[in-house]
Amino acid sequence: MAFVPLTADERQAMLEQIGVGSVADLFADIPASVRFPQLDVPPPLTEIQTVAKMSALAAKNQPVGQLACFVGAGYYNHYSPSVVSHLMGRSEFYTSYTPYQPEVSQGTLQYSFEFQSLVCDLFEMDVANSSVYDGASGAAEAVLMALRISRRDRVVLDGSVHPEHRAVVAAYLDGRGIEVVTTNVGIKDGKLNRQSVVEQIDGETACVVIQQPDFFGTIRDLAAIVAKAREVGALVVYVVGDPVSLGLLKTPGGWDADIAIGEGQGLGLPLQYGGPGVGIMTCKTAHLRQLPGRIVGQTTDHDGRRGFVLTLQAREQHIRREKATSNICTSQTLLALGATIYLAAMGPAGLKQAAGLSHKQTRAVADQIRRVDGYRVVNDGPFFDEITVTCPADGDTMRHELAKRGIIGGYALGREYPGLENALVLCATEMTTSEEIDRLVSGLREIGGAR
Amino acid sequence: MDPTDRRYTEEHEWVKMDGDVAVVGITSFAQDQLGDVVYVELPKVGDRVEAMKSFGVIESVKTASDLYAPVSGVVEAVNGSLTGSPETVNDAPYEGGWLIKVKPDNPADIDTLMTAQQYGEQVAGS
Repeated sequence: MAFVPLTADERQAMLEQIGVGSVADLFADIPASVRFPQLDVPPPLTEIQTVAKMSALAAKNQPVGQLACFVGAGYYNHYSPSVVSHLMGRSEFYTSYTPYQPEVSQGTLQYSFEFQSLVCDLFEMDVANSSVYDGASGAAEAVLMALRISRRDRVVLDGSVHPEHRAVVAAYLDGRGIEVVTTNVGIKDGKLNRQSVVEQIDGETACVVIQQPDFFGTIRDLAAIVAKAREVGALVVYVVGDPVSLGLLKTPGGWDADIAIGEGQGLGLPLQYGGPGVGIMTCKTAHLRQLPGRIVGQTTDHDGRRGFVLTLQAREQHIRREKATSNICTSQTLLALGATIYLAAMGPAGLKQAAGLSHKQTRAVADQIRRVDGYRVVNDGPFFDEITVTCPADGDTMRHELAKRGIIGGYALGREYPGLENALVLCATEMTTSEEIDRLVSGLREIGGAR
Repeated sequence: MDPTDRRYTEEHEWVKMDGDVAVVGITSFAQDQLGDVVYVELPKVGDRVEAMKSFGVIESVKTASDLYAPVSGVVEAVNGSLTGSPETVNDAPYEGGWLIKVKPDNPADIDTLMTAQQYGEQVAGS
């Protein structure tokens, strides 16, 4: 049937039915000034003009590939084998929407299952879901999980957990009557100075949220925090700072985390303006029933052939509605696929190599900065691919000056940490060249010397 | 026939006085309708439950249902063995598969609930 719009006769009949003379009368209650305002819209352009204009706007972007990138802070410029973007771009993956008859979509279920399996290996945790929106929503869901499991209403957040994760946790907890304690982090005598997390954990605490490597780049001994949590029956929510770090570092499972989450972007996914990412979410088997989101299981069909199914669905929103474990709608399936391909392509040896090179380049940055007057590396322990550096000027000025020299100069801590206005978090990865490090250091020297 | 030594709710829970505490479970009809029970979420000892309000969730392979308290009172005990073997609810709904024990505010309230015969008629009519 052709699409037949409303005819003038039909419109008139409807107006008569409701007792108004015209459409203008119908909208008489709305002030005339806002009814049909003159919009300040420029004149139309031809296709050629439009392409030229949009291209000129796009050319204002400064992609990471054209600059020396020293920013991390949650999203990392790691190497991505070309197979990742190639396979992610295939239309059968790229255009598929959430399967409403999931068992028919065996391909989607299989790679979700592979994602979960690889994540469990990487984190050394028992179970993983097939991803959540991003690291920050993973952190918030992990805290909600801990509140359900412990049936307590106090949360201790380490102040060096990613500030955006903490903000999303706070948003999720708003209005629930949950006490959230965040520890302070400052700089004292040229080193990071932390308020004790251990002292904040008590018998009322549902969970303690810690990050490794933390937002300042430091790798810490978490044993005392985990031990205190165990002693009082609080859960340990572990945030993985950069998933590539697990190529070298002790895993969340190795630290005996109850719930471990992380932003998976570092696993071969593009930076694209800082999102979208993919939230990795894992836990111990004991907490499986409280894990939100989708979980894909492996089974056999009638003929004994291997197949994949969405399992534990009775916890999910389409069955439990308002009693669902979470109202998180779906997973970041395409990006989870990208992370899966990355992990498969890199393998344990490749991941270890990427992690080792990232650390080596970051150490080179630290070693050189230590020789520049006016700058100081203030980490209070070993680091992985990020360091915190105090500068002779405030962080935003530093970033601005470095940008003039073609350098993305780190994350300015003053935005989130009052008192740390002069500090930057700098990141180097396996993508960072020695020439770029030289440029950064000479830039820092110039800026410092000008003051 | 359901046991006659206890009372029943419209939501398919049974309740039986054991001394001064009320033992609560779900009926055989309910477990049969649910199918294989895989998880039971119960309150903590010391929590208050309110008559005809949800005190927990029972989950089978195909659905999840609220559990409703037959009487108001304070939880005296929860059946911890269901954590490891929730299928007991299917196997022995009237004995080993009990859910919680409640110290009722008013034990006489239980007498207002359905008898086994009344419950049997309700189920037969459903």
